[in-house]
Amino acid sequence: MTLLLLAMAALLLGAAASLFLGGSRRNDVSVVAAALVGVAAVLGLIPAIQVLAGGPVLQFRCPWPVPFGEFFIQLDALSAWFLAPTLLLSALCAIYGVGYLRSQAGKRPLGPLCFFYCLLVLGMTLVPLARNAVLFISAWELMAVSSFFLVTFEHERESVRSAGWIYLVATHLGTGFLLVFFILMDRETGSMDFTVWAAQGIHTPELAGMLFLLAVVGFGTKAGFMPFHVWLPEAHPAAPSHVSALMSGAMIKLGIYGLMRSLTFLGAPSIWWGWLLLCIGLVSGVLGIVFALAQHDLKRLLAYSSVENIGLITAGLGLGLLGVSYNQPLISILGFGGALLHMLNHSLFKGLLFLAAGSVAHATGTRDTNRLGGLLKKMPWTGALFLIGAVAICGLPPLNGFISELALAGASLKAITVDPAQAAMAGMLALVCIGLIGGLAAVTFAKAFGIVFLGEPRQPVETPHEAGLAMKIPMVILAAGCVAIAFGAAWLPDWIVPIASRLGGLEPERISAQVQTPALVLAIVSICGLALVILFVAIALIRRGLLSGRTGGAADTWGCGYARPSARIQYTASSFVQPVTTLFRWLLGAQRQLQRPEGFFPAKASLTTETPDLTHEELYRPGFLKINWGIAKLRWMQQGHVQLYVLYIAVTLIVLLAWKFR
Amino acid sequence: MNAASFIPLLLALTLAPLLPGIINRTKALFAGRRGQPFLQTYFDLLKLLHKGAVYSRTTTWIFRAGPMLGLAAVFMAVVLVPFGNCPALIAFPADFILFAGLLGLMRFFTVIAALDTGSSFEGMGASREVFFSALAEPALLVALATLARQAQSLSLSTILGQVSGGHWLQAGPVLALVLIALMIVLLAENSRIPVDDPNTHLELTMIHEVMVLDHGGPDFAFILYGAALKLWVLAALVVGMIVPDTGTLWLNLVLSVGGMFLLSIVVGLVESTMARLRLLIVPQLLVGAGALAAMAFLLGLNK
Repeated sequence: MTLLLLAMAALLLGAAASLFLGGSRRNDVSVVAAALVGVAAVLGLIPAIQVLAGGPVLQFRCPWPVPFGEFFIQLDALSAWFLAPTLLLSALCAIYGVGYLRSQAGKRPLGPLCFFYCLLVLGMTLVPLARNAVLFISAWELMAVSSFFLVTFEHERESVRSAGWIYLVATHLGTGFLLVFFILMDRETGSMDFTVWAAQGIHTPELAGMLFLLAVVGFGTKAGFMPFHVWLPEAHPAAPSHVSALMSGAMIKLGIYGLMRSLTFLGAPSIWWGWLLLCIGLVSGVLGIVFALAQHDLKRLLAYSSVENIGLITAGLGLGLLGVSYNQPLISILGFGGALLHMLNHSLFKGLLFLAAGSVAHATGTRDTNRLGGLLKKMPWTGALFLIGAVAICGLPPLNGFISELALAGASLKAITVDPAQAAMAGMLALVCIGLIGGLAAVTFAKAFGIVFLGEPRQPVETPHEAGLAMKIPMVILAAGCVAIAFGAAWLPDWIVPIASRLGGLEPERISAQVQTPALVLAIVSICGLALVILFVAIALIRRGLLSGRTGGAADTWGCGYARPSARIQYTASSFVQPVTTLFRWLLGAQRQLQRPEGFFPAKASLTTETPDLTHEELYRPGFLKINWGIAKLRWMQQGHVQLYVLYIAVTLIVLLAWKFR
Repeated sequence: MNAASFIPLLLALTLAPLLPGIINRTKALFAGRRGQPFLQTYFDLLKLLHKGAVYSRTTTWIFRAGPMLGLAAVFMAVVLVPFGNCPALIAFPADFILFAGLLGLMRFFTVIAALDTGSSFEGMGASREVFFSALAEPALLVALATLARQAQSLSLSTILGQVSGGHWLQAGPVLALVLIALMIVLLAENSRIPVDDPNTHLELTMIHEVMVLDHGGPDFAFILYGAALKLWVLAALVVGMIVPDTGTLWLNLVLSVGGMFLLSIVVGLVESTMARLRLLIVPQLLVGAGALAAMAFLLGLNK
């Protein structure tokens, strides 16, 4: 526990140092901040790994002069599972930031960015540790507000400011639901202590159901469930890339953490909880990936893909709850375990992809896939690392994304073979969607990698250059993590099963026999992955043997006899996904502006496609316009006379007094 | 893992290139031609392996790695599929998820290798390939999961072993629907009519063939061999559903190889009697396959 407190102190020191050095326009401040975040991560990872490896639960409490508050932190396995990737990613993104911000140094002070970065990491460290509702909400708000300032780093651009406001409003609407949740819990149990809540549980199903809904909306807004995801595709592209990587890789997962933690307070789950989470997860998954593939902005695409992955995680949670309800421990373990593992995997490969996308944007000055192309030759490292992330996120063997999707598919398959029929239906629904999501993810990332890194540059952009060492090393570490999880899959059950069984309220003795098969399967899958690599190497050697000494050559790409090929006749990002977007046009509402070539000597033609967010356009914009319209009706009250305002206050007080002594 | 499982593996590796030969011969007979020899694919492979290779200046290492990784992936898929009621070399619960994943990996690398050339034709083929397979994958999974519920097992070897026995008498309609769905997936995944036309000479209308336009020499040999193996593994699923267990290993194997040849003739018949569907109609066919499999699942729900 001392190490964790020291880690928090290091983060506070980092924030203070950033303020102190903030005025300078040099890059020193980001180096100092990265060093301190790195120290904090190492200090925090040691206890987290100890607890995960089966060590005792650590806790620390001291009085705190805030009403109802107590500085009560505890590190159990669930907290450690979320804390470890958060700290790792924070440190890696901070190191990346040193390289990424070098070009910004001198243009603007970097102190505020580093200050809020340290505070964000502090908030994200405290959220999984806090065991007191007031402390939790404070950490949650620290996280929300500091990330708002990070999103609006480039605040001179109008789009960034508007993205920041959308994020701030969305996150606080979510917090509003959480406040109600905590107040109701307090009324029910008479305590603000999470351990008390977990011990007592809620025993009226109606109240538990309502609390569950509050938690789903409150935490789901942060996690990015459809239709509360609306801030993600705005805020992630607006933020600097290392911040987007951290927000997408770690911060939104804390929404999932909150939901998991809340489930431990609410007692035995009703059947509809599982169904609700399953449906939310599958809808978020399918819609997330459909919207992702229609995007042309690389980071916006990745943001929507986060919605998809959060959907998969939530569907896993839903399957786990259904397993509890239908008394099928193996489904629970596979569902919860798959969700937990996918959470870890997503923080690795989505962090990697955002960092690689940041390198692309940094090197070329654009994120528009339709303007890019052929970058693999100029940026071999970034390209290869992006490819690893892409294969992993598509859930393709042999990388880690496949392992967690296998666990989720395994939960669905197990559900398919059991009775009652409802469980089998749930499993089939999940399996269909997992298959569809996998297929569409392959479309999305074949497009993202193929259009950006392969072929010829579509439009002249700034001379691209490979990312510097400070940017490369974090990406290499994340890619190595993806590979390590895939080939070390056999050891995963030892770490995950205890957490998953706690979530499902299952006794370890009852499940230990049941989880032997999944553990064996994971080992076999790792061996298959290894065999795949060996086969590939063998084939490569055969090919080299065959080609050695033969005459080869280089030529132009076969253009079917067309004599004047140019880079502009290549397939573009828009045309690559056109068949899918046409199939889903009723959903996407893509806007296209087409200027057809006309006349005998057509000179000018153009086509632009754009896919705005459905819920943003159809739900929130009209909704907020209505609210605005309603509030405008009250504008007569605001006259600008101070005397009148004093009168309002007096009248309010009198009314309240009268109500109190009624 | 038992020793007998190596025989189906050897059969797959040696006989797979024969299937395209049978399909082509069937089509030639229908068209009134004599057609190419049965062993034509073997000759092509030999010829290609002896050639050098010319690479486009646009391409990178992705273009060279694509065919090799594709072949490695489909090799692994062969290892996972049972044949002739002989369990697969590697069989474990939920192995067909890995099977689908390996085919997905093969496709992903074929697609990005096509995009690596910067050719608009290959981009077009790649775009169609990922689109159609995104729809075919759920159909394949639903079909296999339905069989899994019927057989109350999650491993391909046990599923196919159980289903091909007496199950046809008890749950005939369910299995028939699954069979049709699997057959459509087979045609789509192997770029056959009515989804894709392997014979056409117009790049605009092709899917798979156009993606590999720029490959030559040993690379193209890997692609051809990989495609033959892919046809073999998916056909082995269909045949595995039908051919019953006779109790003797050799008879089982002979029957199954016969079934594979028969299935190739059926594919040839389909190609000779049907035209390729318009590309806009293909999604409906694939979603239809998924719907058939889902219907089979619902039918089989109350046992």
